[in-house]
Parts: sequence; C-alpha cells; structure tokens
Amino acid sequence: MLVLEDVHTHYGKIEALHGVSVEVKKGEIVSLIGANGAGKTTLLMTVCGNPQASSGRVILEGRDITREPTAQIMRSGIAIVPEGRRIFSGLTVEENLHMGGFFNTKGEIRKSQEHVYELFPRLKERENQRAGTMSGGEQQMLAIGRALMSKPNMIILDEPSLGLAPLVIKQIFEIIGHLREEGITVFLVEQNAHQALNLADRGYVLETGKIRLQDTGKNLLANPDVQNAYLGG
Amino acid sequence: MAAQNIKHALFCAVITLIISYPILGFNLEAQGINVTIVGANATTIMGVFLAALVVFVFQLFRDSIMGKLGNLSSLSSGTHKEPMAENKRVKIESWVLTGIVVLALFWPFFMSRGAVDLATLVLIYIMLALGLNVVVGLAGLLDLGYVAFYAVGAYTFALLSQYLGVSFWFALPIGALLAATFGLVLGFPVLRLRGDYLAIVTLGFGEIIRILLNNWTSLTGGPNGIGGIPDPTLFGMEFGRRVKGEGNTSFHETFNIAYSGEHKVIFLYLIALVLAVITALVIRRFMRMPVGRAWEALREDEIAARSLGLSRTAVKLSAFTIGAFFAGFAGTVFASKQGFISPESFVFLESAIILAIVVLGGMGSQIGVVLAAIAVTILPELAREFSEYRMLIFGAAMVLMMVWRPQGLMPMRRIHIELKKQE
Ligand SMILES: Nc1ncnc2c1ncn2[C@@H]1O[C@H](COP(=O)(O)OP(=O)(O)O)[C@@H](O)[C@H]1O
Ligand SMILES: [Mg+2]
Repeated sequence: MLVLEDVHTHYGKIEALHGVSVEVKKGEIVSLIGANGAGKTTLLMTVCGNPQASSGRVILEGRDITREPTAQIMRSGIAIVPEGRRIFSGLTVEENLHMGGFFNTKGEIRKSQEHVYELFPRLKERENQRAGTMSGGEQQMLAIGRALMSKPNMIILDEPSLGLAPLVIKQIFEIIGHLREEGITVFLVEQNAHQALNLADRGYVLETGKIRLQDTGKNLLANPDVQNAYLGG
Repeated sequence: MAAQNIKHALFCAVITLIISYPILGFNLEAQGINVTIVGANATTIMGVFLAALVVFVFQLFRDSIMGKLGNLSSLSSGTHKEPMAENKRVKIESWVLTGIVVLALFWPFFMSRGAVDLATLVLIYIMLALGLNVVVGLAGLLDLGYVAFYAVGAYTFALLSQYLGVSFWFALPIGALLAATFGLVLGFPVLRLRGDYLAIVTLGFGEIIRILLNNWTSLTGGPNGIGGIPDPTLFGMEFGRRVKGEGNTSFHETFNIAYSGEHKVIFLYLIALVLAVITALVIRRFMRMPVGRAWEALREDEIAARSLGLSRTAVKLSAFTIGAFFAGFAGTVFASKQGFISPESFVFLESAIILAIVVLGGMGSQIGVVLAAIAVTILPELAREFSEYRMLIFGAAMVLMMVWRPQGLMPMRRIHIELKKQE
C-alpha cells in the first residue's frame, strides 16, 4: 500500500533521512520506533510531501507521490494524526471534525461524524466545547477522529501516546487496534516501543535517519538489542 | 514587592523626564536669521515635572489600579463565560445589524450635511475594515499594506474617468476587480511568509504603490493628485446644479424640486451604505462557506490544515483577493466622495487605522468592526478641539481600550481561554 524506496530527505543542507526503505502492506499495523531526533517525524512528513524527498521514491497504492504537492497527497485516501495533535483549539469539537471531512459531501460528513462518535463517545459529550479546553487525551481522540473523517484507507499516527496518562494510552492503543478491524491500514510511529510493537504486525527501528532493524512485532520485542535500547533493558 | 515597585516607579518617572524635558522644556525661536534655544516658561516645566509625578504615582500603585481595571473588564459582559450558542448568537447579530441598517437609511434626512459627510467616511472605513477582517481576523495574515488596494480602487476610478470618461457605476466593479488582481499578485510572493515577515513585506508593498503613484507624474499627476472625479449618478441623473455629462439629466429638475447641495451628500451616503451592507453580507456568506472555515483552520494551525488536504496557496490567495476586492470597492467610493485624490490619502497611517479598527472591534466579528469604525472615525473628530493633542488622545484611548478589553469590543465567539489566577 505504502512503499518508501531509498528515501533521502534534507532540511536545507542537512540530511535527516539517509536512504530509508519501508513498506506498509494493506491491512497491516506497522510500527516504527526510534529515539528522539531519529527522524521518525521527518519520515512521516516526507510521505506527506512536506518536506519532499530529495531522492528515492514514495509510492502510495502503486502511484508515485514523491513529487506531488501535500494537498494532493492528503486527498488520496491517506490521513495523518500529526505529532503534538495539532487540533484547531479555537474551533469546537464538531467544527474540528468537519474540517477533517472538508472534501466530502454533507451526507458523508454526517455519517463519518456518527462513526467517530461511536468510537469516541467522549467527543459526542463535548461536541460544542472548544477543542483547546479539553484534556490531552480527549484532544488526541479528537485528532484521531478528525483524521478518520475523510474516510481514509490508511492512517498515519505520529506519537499518539506522547504526554498522556497510562490509562489513556491504553485506550488509544485499543482504538488503533480497532481501526485495523475496520480495514484501515495503520502506520504508527512511537517512542513508546513496548505497546507499539505489541500491537504491530511488523516493526521497524529507525536510528539517526537509517533503518537499523526490521522484523515482526513479536520478534522485535524479544530482540535483546531492542530491549536494551528501547525497552529499558 | 513594595521596594521593587518604588524602584520601578522611580525609573519610569526619570524616563518621562528624559523624554519630555528636551521636547517641551526648550523652544526654538527665530531671531532674525539665527535660531536660538530658549527655556520654556515656568508652567510648562512645572507641567513636565507634574507628568513625571503622575507617572511615578501610577507606577507605584500600578498593580492595584490595573487590578481594578481588570475587574472592570470581567464586569463588562461575561468575558470569561462560554460564549452563547452559535445559532442564537448569529440570530441576535442579524437582528441588531438589520436594526442598525434601517436606522442608517433614514438617519441622514434629519442630520446636517457635515454629519452625513462624516458618516459616509465611517461607511468607507467599515468596508475597508470588513475586507481587512477577512485577511487579518479570519485568515490570520497580518497585512500592513492594505491601503494599497484602497489606492488601486481609488486611482482606477480617477484615471478611468479622467482618460476615458468612465462613470462611477462602471468604475466600481473595475476598480474592485483590479484591486483583487493586485491582491492576488501580492499574495504569490508572500505565500510562504508568516507573522512579522509577512507584515514587513506587505508594508513594503503598500509603500511601493504609494511611491509609484507619487512619482509616475505623467499618468497620475504625482503629488498633485487627480481632481474633477465625477459624482455618481442615479439612472443618468446628476446631482450638481448644472449637468456636466452628455446625455445626463439633473436630479432636481427631473423631480422638479429646488436644487440643494445636500441631495448629493445624502445620495453618496446611501450608496456607501448599500455597498457596506453588500460587503458585510457577502463576507458573512463567505464565512459560512467551506472557504471561510478553511481560512480559520489555516489561521489556527497551518500544518494541521495542510495535513487535511487544504492547499495553503488557494486558501491564502482567496483571503488576500477577497480582502483586496472590497478595499477596491471602498476606494472607488472614496474617490467619488472626495472628487480629488492624491497619494497623501494612502499613507501607512491609513493602513494602521484600518488595522486598529479590526483589532478594536475584535478580530473576526462584524458588529465589532462596525462599532470600532464609528469610534475610530468619530473620536478624532470629537477631539478636534484639542488640536495637536488629538492623536495623543486617540492613542491613549487605544491603550486604555486594549487594557480594558484586549479581545476587542465584540470578539468573535472564539476568545482566549484564561486560567484563573491563583490567589
Ligand atoms: N524543520 C526542521 N528543520 C531543520 N531540521 C529539522 C527540522 N525538523 C527536524 N529536524 C532535524 O531532523 C532530525 C530528525 O527530527 P525528527 O524527524 O523530528 O525526529 P523524531 O520525530 O524522530 O524525534 C533531527 O536532527 C532534527 O533536529
Ligand atoms: Mg517526532
């Protein structure tokens, strides 16, 4: 579904990704773990075309999107929950969701909205509340809900557990597991390696802009190197 | 705490002295061909010291004074309350606006000519501020060169009438469209800029237009400006004593009433009123449409907006273009009202005033903009008797206003969330 082939990405003169190859197959949950500054966000943003890869190819459902503008990529059945949530804090919960379905018809929006409220009953309760006044966990739910509004085939999540309480993190991961059952392909980026790998079919380990390891989620969890570096020994 | 306050207050008082003593304490007097410096009289110097004292006392008790002001703001309509439900608010706002418009329709027939003239100016500012509100209030793009589009509208009409004899009604859409085109063209280079950088570039653009108008003497008459801009006509009827345009008739002869200079002033006022209402309605419509929501989304979080598939280019350019369009509208009316325009009418101060209206009104809110436009235009007129201290009073009013209601007179429902201060 999504393939990155030997992708290099630069910020000005500095190379942040040194030839990364990743594949996410249809229906999978793939987790990418790595330390702070490894280039995880950069990798995701390269998929979105902001910044664009300086060499290599990004292929989405057989289509080369390496040079496509961000707006066009993001209308191709792919949605992202960006790092730090980035909800529209001045808008209400409902308005946030409607922004997520910006390019859909009114009928479609209503249907996806109901669906999101089923997944996150909390959001329904807060429908008319301004998003910025909600707790971190609720905001993260909103960010995921907003991404789901465009009815994507694939969803990309950038550190959804960042700064959340353990109980909320558990909830979020349950929802992510649920998304797969609905047939949505999930590409998950996390520093929270344990839960991310537990959930994943396959995983990648990114270190300073390079893929160090790739294997099934189970195997990576059992890998002593991974345990030492990312699971606290 | 107190010691720190005294130190700070002393410092402020000294600064006041340092600034005001050289400015007010010495006078330059011409004696023959020589200019000599003469110390000011005792009262002025007393005044300077008194001012320093006032500053000292104010700074000393600043906390309690500002605290009182703060309480005032929470008293004055629920600043900290959740804003009322969206549809209820819209309904009330619509009723209030309709009431204002009806009042405004009949009002000029009972007023003096000068008052109606001033009201026309207010309406022009309302159009400008509503347009700038799209750019700054809704899309969050700080545009300091907005006056350029106003100038484009005004000069389009002036030049078209001078060289081609085009009438007001033809020039109105042309001026607006040309201004919109300029907005589009300016939009491209500043797409990537944000905040301060955007402000500086737009400021530069405003100045370029003004300087161009000032120096392109062969076309625009340079600093001498362009005069003889015709008044609008009503279905071919002119409002002057004598008919100037070919094939036109005159208003007072057609209706067989005595000629009165007021007819023209009232007619212009009504045109401005209708155009201002159209501006408000069209922009309201835009705000409800997806493009309006896209403006807000881009203002709130550009990365998030783009991640949802919104095109930054399209959203920003649409805001710039639509804002500029209405500035062009206002410019055409202004040229017609004045009958004479020169680059002097389009200096940076104009941009600043329009921006002040938007900020004072509460970014994004239309009623607020209307109220602020009235206040900002009328206040300096009322303060005219204070002559040179006019702008000073204006400035002081603005500062007080921002302390009292930093979110503007009538903020759009989205106000900042404040955490309760811990006591
Ligand atoms: N906008 C940017 N400009 C320049 N360098 C950046 C930018 N964003 C990230 N980087 C650099 O790229 C590297 C990878 O960052 P990032 O992708 O954010 O890592 P992660 O998401 O894994 O924490 C870091 O060295 C970071 O300093
Ligand atoms: Mg990151």
